[in-house]
Amino acid sequence: MTLNVEKEIAELKAKVGDMPGAENKLTMIVFSGDLDKQLAAMIIATGAAAMGMQVVLFFTFWGLPALRAPQKKVGGKSFMGKMFGMMLPKGRNKLTLSQMHMAGMGTAMMKGLMKKKNVAGLDEMYDLAAQLAVKIYACQMSMDLMGFTKEEMIDYPGLEVCGVATMLSHAKESSIQFFI
Amino acid sequence: MADYTIAKTLDYKGLACPMPIVKISQVIGSVAIGDVLEVHTTDPGSLADFPAWAKTTGQAILETKQEPGVIKIFVKRQK
Repeated sequence: MTLNVEKEIAELKAKVGDMPGAENKLTMIVFSGDLDKQLAAMIIATGAAAMGMQVVLFFTFWGLPALRAPQKKVGGKSFMGKMFGMMLPKGRNKLTLSQMHMAGMGTAMMKGLMKKKNVAGLDEMYDLAAQLAVKIYACQMSMDLMGFTKEEMIDYPGLEVCGVATMLSHAKESSIQFFI
Repeated sequence: MADYTIAKTLDYKGLACPMPIVKISQVIGSVAIGDVLEVHTTDPGSLADFPAWAKTTGQAILETKQEPGVIKIFVKRQK
C-alpha cells in the first residue's frame, strides 16, 4: 500500500515537472517605447529577481530603441534605416511619457520628481537588472525592420538577439508572463 | 520583547519601490541561516512588500515596528 502511494507521488511529480509554467520564472515582452511603461517593466523585472525568480525580458517593436547605445554609430544603413534611426529615441534616456509629455516639459518634470522622491531611474534600473542577472533579448525581426544592428545596442551583459520561438519557449516555462 | 540579536542593521531610508526589496534580496545570502537583519525604511509600501517577499522566498519577518519617521522590519534568514 505505501509502495503504491510513493509510486503515485513519483508519477505525479514527473507530470507536474512537464507542465507549462512550472518554473519560478517571469517572461516579459517589452513592446512599448513609453518611458512610464519601460519604467514599470524594469521595476517588475528587478522586483521579480529580488523575489528569487529568473527573469527574461524580450524587447520588441517600439520597446527596442530603449536598448540603443547613445554613443555608438554604425554606418552602411539604408535610407529607411537612417530615417528610423533619426526618428526613434536613441537610448533609454530619450524616452518620453505616454501622457502629459507636453513637448518635453512633462517628461522633464516627472524625471525631476523621481529624483526628488528618490525613485530609481532607468540607468540605475539597468545596472541593477544586470547585477540580478535579468536576461534581455532583442527581437531580430523588429531590428531588421527598423534597420538596427546589434553593434549599436547597449553593452548589457548577456544581451542576445532572438526570434519569437525563443521568447515562447521561455514564456511556456514561466509561471508569470507579462506584455507591456 | 524580542529575544534575538541583530546580525546587521540596514539603512534603506529614503529608498522607493522596488529598492528595499531588491537590496534585502542581495544581502540576505551573505548572512548565516538564523541571523536576524534589522531594516530601517521610510517606504510605507515595505509594510506589505517585506512579508510578501519573505513568503515567496522562504524567509521570515519576526516583527515590524512603526516609529515616528521610520519603519523597522526584522528579517530572519530561514534558508
